[in-house]
Amino acid sequence: MTERVKYLREQSIQAVPHLSPERGVIVTEFYRRAGFLSAPMKRALAFKAILERKGICINDGELIVGERGPAPKATYTYPELCCHSMQDLEILNNREKISFKVDSGTKEIYQESLIPYWRGRSMRDKIFEEMTDEWKRAYEAGVFTEFMEQRAPGHTVLDDKIYRKGMLDFKHDIETHLKSLDYENDAEAYRKQEELRAMLVCADAVITLANRYADRARDLAVQERDPVRRAELETIEANCRYVPAHAPRSFWEALQAYWFVHLGVITELNPWDAFNPGRLDQHLHPFFKRGLEERTLDRERAAELLQCFWVKFNNQPAPPKVGVTAAESSTYMDFANINSGGLRPDGSDGVNDLTYLILDVIDEMKLVQPSTNIQLSVKNPDEFVERACEIIREGWGQPSVFNADAVVEELLRQGKSIEDARNGGTSGCVETGAFGKESYILTGYFNLPKVLEVTLHDGLDARTGKRIGIETGDPCEFTSFGDLMTAFKRQLKYFLDVKIRGNNVIERLYAEYMPVPFLSILIDDCIEKGKDYNDGGARYNTSYIQGVGLGTITDSVVALKHHVYDEQTMQMSDLLRVLESGFEGFEKTRLPLLNRTPKYGNDDDYVDDVMRAVFEEFYRGVNGRPNTKGGVHRVNLLPTTCHIYFGSVTAATPDGRRPWTPLSEGISPVQGVDRHGPTAVLKSAGKLDHVSTGGTLLNQKFTPQLLQNDKGIESLVHLIRSYFTLGGHHIQFNVVRAETLRDAQAHPEQYRDLIVRVAGYSDYFCDLGKVLQDEIIARTEHQGF
Amino acid sequence: MKGTVFNIQRYCVDDGPGIRTTVFLKGCPLRCQWCHNPESISPKPELVLHEDRCLRCGDCMKLCKNNAIISEDGKFVTLREFCLACGTCIELCYAEAREIVGKEMTTEEVMVEIEKDVVFFDESDGGVTFSGGEPLLQHEFLVELLEECGKKNIHRVVDTTGYTSPSILECVSRSVDLFLYDVKTLDDEKHRAYTGVSNRLILENLRRLAEWDKKVIVRIPIIPGVNDDSENIGQTGLFVASLRNVGEVHLLAYHKTGVQKYHRLGEEYRLEDVPVPSAEHLNEIARELRNHVSVVTY
Repeated sequence: MTERVKYLREQSIQAVPHLSPERGVIVTEFYRRAGFLSAPMKRALAFKAILERKGICINDGELIVGERGPAPKATYTYPELCCHSMQDLEILNNREKISFKVDSGTKEIYQESLIPYWRGRSMRDKIFEEMTDEWKRAYEAGVFTEFMEQRAPGHTVLDDKIYRKGMLDFKHDIETHLKSLDYENDAEAYRKQEELRAMLVCADAVITLANRYADRARDLAVQERDPVRRAELETIEANCRYVPAHAPRSFWEALQAYWFVHLGVITELNPWDAFNPGRLDQHLHPFFKRGLEERTLDRERAAELLQCFWVKFNNQPAPPKVGVTAAESSTYMDFANINSGGLRPDGSDGVNDLTYLILDVIDEMKLVQPSTNIQLSVKNPDEFVERACEIIREGWGQPSVFNADAVVEELLRQGKSIEDARNGGTSGCVETGAFGKESYILTGYFNLPKVLEVTLHDGLDARTGKRIGIETGDPCEFTSFGDLMTAFKRQLKYFLDVKIRGNNVIERLYAEYMPVPFLSILIDDCIEKGKDYNDGGARYNTSYIQGVGLGTITDSVVALKHHVYDEQTMQMSDLLRVLESGFEGFEKTRLPLLNRTPKYGNDDDYVDDVMRAVFEEFYRGVNGRPNTKGGVHRVNLLPTTCHIYFGSVTAATPDGRRPWTPLSEGISPVQGVDRHGPTAVLKSAGKLDHVSTGGTLLNQKFTPQLLQNDKGIESLVHLIRSYFTLGGHHIQFNVVRAETLRDAQAHPEQYRDLIVRVAGYSDYFCDLGKVLQDEIIARTEHQGF
Repeated sequence: MKGTVFNIQRYCVDDGPGIRTTVFLKGCPLRCQWCHNPESISPKPELVLHEDRCLRCGDCMKLCKNNAIISEDGKFVTLREFCLACGTCIELCYAEAREIVGKEMTTEEVMVEIEKDVVFFDESDGGVTFSGGEPLLQHEFLVELLEECGKKNIHRVVDTTGYTSPSILECVSRSVDLFLYDVKTLDDEKHRAYTGVSNRLILENLRRLAEWDKKVIVRIPIIPGVNDDSENIGQTGLFVASLRNVGEVHLLAYHKTGVQKYHRLGEEYRLEDVPVPSAEHLNEIARELRNHVSVVTY
C-alpha cells in the first residue's frame, strides 16, 4: 500500500459520519418553486439543481474524485421520500452506535424549513396513507417489513455500457428515440417524451458535475507547489472534462467515469442496496491490458487507482433511517458488492489477471465498504478460489462466495437470455440479477416463524393479543399434522396476499411520483421503451419478498410434527400453554424441544423434508404473481439483520427458542443446533431448491485453527465446491473464535478494528447492537478435528 | 455385524487426504498417558458427565435402578463401580449433562453415516478413516466395513497403534488404502512406562507393512519430556528411513483439549504438568526428521 493510500484509507476510517442538509435544502427549495411539471421532468430538474449547487470536494492526494456530500461521510438525506423529525435527529446524533452527528445549523434547517414543507408530502406519508388496515396490522406486528417506506426501489447493478458509451452517446440515443416518437399512433408518446427529455436533463447534469470537479482540480493545480501532485491534479482535471461525457480511454478514466455515474445514482434518490459496478474485473480488463501493453500503466499503479476507488465507497455511509428504525443501530453499510470471476458472456472462464489484482486490493484494504464477492464457476481455476480463501482465513468476512453456475441457472429459469444471465451476478447481500438490464427490487422481509405463531393462535398476535391474521381454527382441534399444515398454508397465503397488494400499490406510487430518469439512462431498455426504471422500463422487472427464519420455522414445525403427532410425547394444548409462558418455569419442557428433537442442519431427511415443504409453500405463495411493471414477484432467503428485529416481535417457538430472541439467519440452521459439522449443514442446505430463488444466504463460522495451514485452505475450497455441486447459491465465513468476540464485547476499545461477517455483509463488531453480537457468538463454531 | 462406535465425525481434515469422515471404534490395548480420547479406551459403553450442563433436578438419582447416583454437595455423582451404563438416567436428562459414550452399531448403520459425505469425498479425494481406540481391536467389524467401503469406491484409511497380531494386520491390510501408523518412541522402556505395552510388536508390524508394500504415513505424537529428545527423534528418523513404503511423517503436537474429558469420566489426568510443544521446537524436530524422510508435516 502506498503512503497515499494509507493516508486516504485512514482518513476514510476516521471521518465522522454526519448529516449534510445540503441535498435536502436544494430539493426543498426546488419543490417550493417548481411549476407545472411532469413527474420525470420535476425529478430531473431537481437532480440538476443538486448537481449544479452541491459542494465540491477533492481530498488531498486522491486520484479518483467525487463525494456525494460536501465532504467524506457527509451524508445526504432524502426528505421527499421520508423526512427526519427533530426526534430522529436527536436519536441519530446521540445514539451509541451508528450515530450521525447533526450540528445545530442542520437542526435549525430541519425545524424551520424541511419538516414544515415535507410534513404530509413525503413518499412515506403517501405510502402509509394508501395502505390498508390489514397491511398496517401485519406490518406493525412484524409479519413483514417494507423497504420502500424509507428508501427508493433500487437494487440494480451496472453492466459494461458506461465503458463503451459516454453521456453524450446516451444523449444521442435518447434524442433518436425522441425524434421517432409516434404521437399519432402511440397513446404513450407524450409520457415517453417527458421521460426521455428528463433523461437528457440528467445526462447534462452529470456532465456539469464532472466539469465542476474539473474546475476545482484546475484551481488546486494552480496553487499546488509539489510538481508531482500538480501533474496529478492536471490529469484529474483532464479526466473530469472527458468522462463521463465520453467513453473512457484509460484505466484511470474508466474508474472516474464509473464513480461519477455512481454519485449520480445515489444522489438522485437513495436506492436500496446500493448500486455498484458489478463485474469490475471484466469491465476494466480491456483498459488494464491496453495500459500494460502501451506502458501507460503498471500493476502497482492499477492497484493504487483501485485502492483510491475503494476508499470512495467507504466514504459514503448508508443514509440514516427515520422513525422507529432510527433507534436501532443498524449499519453504515450500503451494500455495494463488487463481483469477481465467474463466466464471460460466451460461457468461458471469466477469471483474468485483473481478478487477482482486485483480490489483492480487497486483502490490503480490509474496508467494510465496498463489499466484495467471488463468483465461482466449475470453469474457474482452483488458484482463484484458493486466493479468495486465503483472504477469508484472515477472518473479516470478505469476500463471500457465490456459485456462478447456479446464478446463471436461476436467471435462465426466470427467462433471461443466456448472455444476460452470464453477464449477471449477485449484489446487495446475495441477490441474483441481470446486471444493467434488470430492476430487481427487494420489497420486504417476511417473518415465516411469526406466521406459524399466528396459526397457533388462530389468527391472533401472541405479543399483543390483537387479531392480525385470519381464523384458521383452534390448533387443539387439529387431528393430524396435515391439519396443522393446511392452517399454516392458509395463514401464509393471507399474509402474502396482503404484502403483495401493498407492493403493487407502492410500486405505482414510485412509478407516478418518484421516477429516476438518471438511473433509467443506465439500465436497458428504459431509453428504448421511453419508460422509467421505476415504471417497468428495465428489460426485466422482478419484485422480491425475502423469507426470514427458515431454520426456526423448520425446527418449530418439526417439533410439532415429532412431539405432538408422530411420537405423541406432548399434547398440543400443553405445548401451547408452555409457549404462552415463554418457557418461564418450564425448562424441563423446553429442553426436550431443544435437545430431543431432530433439527435442520444435521443432514436428516425427516427435518430437511419439512424445510423443503415450508419453502415450497412460501415459494408458491409468491413466485410468478404479477407486479405492476410487467414482471413478477419471486422469493429469496436472506435476513440482513432482520432476524434480530423479527425475533424481537416473535413469541416463544416450538423449537425451544425463547420469546423475543433472534430467529435463525438466512438459510443457516438455528444457532448451535447443527451438531454434525459443516458437511452436514451443507447437505441440509443443499436440499433446498436454490434455483427457485433469487438468492439464499448461508453463514458458517470456523475457528481460525481449522484454516491455519494449506490443508485447511484446500479443504475449505473442496467444501465450497462440494456445496456448489449440491446446488448451493452462496456461502460466507466468519473465521473467529467465540472467545475473541466475547472479549471484544467486554473490551470494545481494544477491538475497534475487528470486522466480522454479519449476514451478507461485513461490519465492525463493536458497531453492532448487543443482541446481534450475541447472535453471532451463538452461531455454531466448527472446530478442527 | 455389530461393533462399538464411540463417534462418527464428519469433515475431518487431519486424518488423511481430503475431507474425511472418521469412524472411532471403541477400545484400545494401550494406555497412553497423553491420550486425548480417554473415552475410547474401554471397549464398553460408559457414562460421561457434563457437570456444567446439569440443572440439579435430581431426576437421575430417582431413576437409577442400581442406586449408583448419590447427591453430594448439591451435585449428583455417579458411583462408577455401581453404574451399569444402562442408559436409563440418560434418556430423561434433557439437559444432556449425562451421556453414554459408545454405541453398538451395525455395519449398515455405519455405512449410512459414511455415505452421507460421498459428495465431499469425491470433490476432495477424501474418504473414510477408521480410528479409535484401536480399530483393529474390533477387526472383524472393521474388515466388514472396509470391504463395504471398497465396494463403494470410498478411499479407506486406518489409523492404528499397530499393536495387534500379524495375522489380523495382514487380514485388515488387504482392504486398506493407507495406514496412519503411530510410532511413539523407540525406547522400549519408556514405551512400556507411558503406554503400558512394549513397542516391539508395533515396530515389527510396521516392518511387515513395508514388506507387504502397504502405503503408510507414520505419525509421531510429540510429547515434551517423553519422546521429543533428539536421540529418539534421530532414531525414529533412521527407522522410518529404512522402510521403503513410508515417505511421509506427520507430527502430532501434544495438546490438552482432552483434559476435560478425563474429568467427565471421573478419571485422573496424569500429564497435567507437561507443556504444549512450541512451534519452534516442532520446527526443529521436523528439520531433524527431514534428514531421513522426505515429507514431514505438522
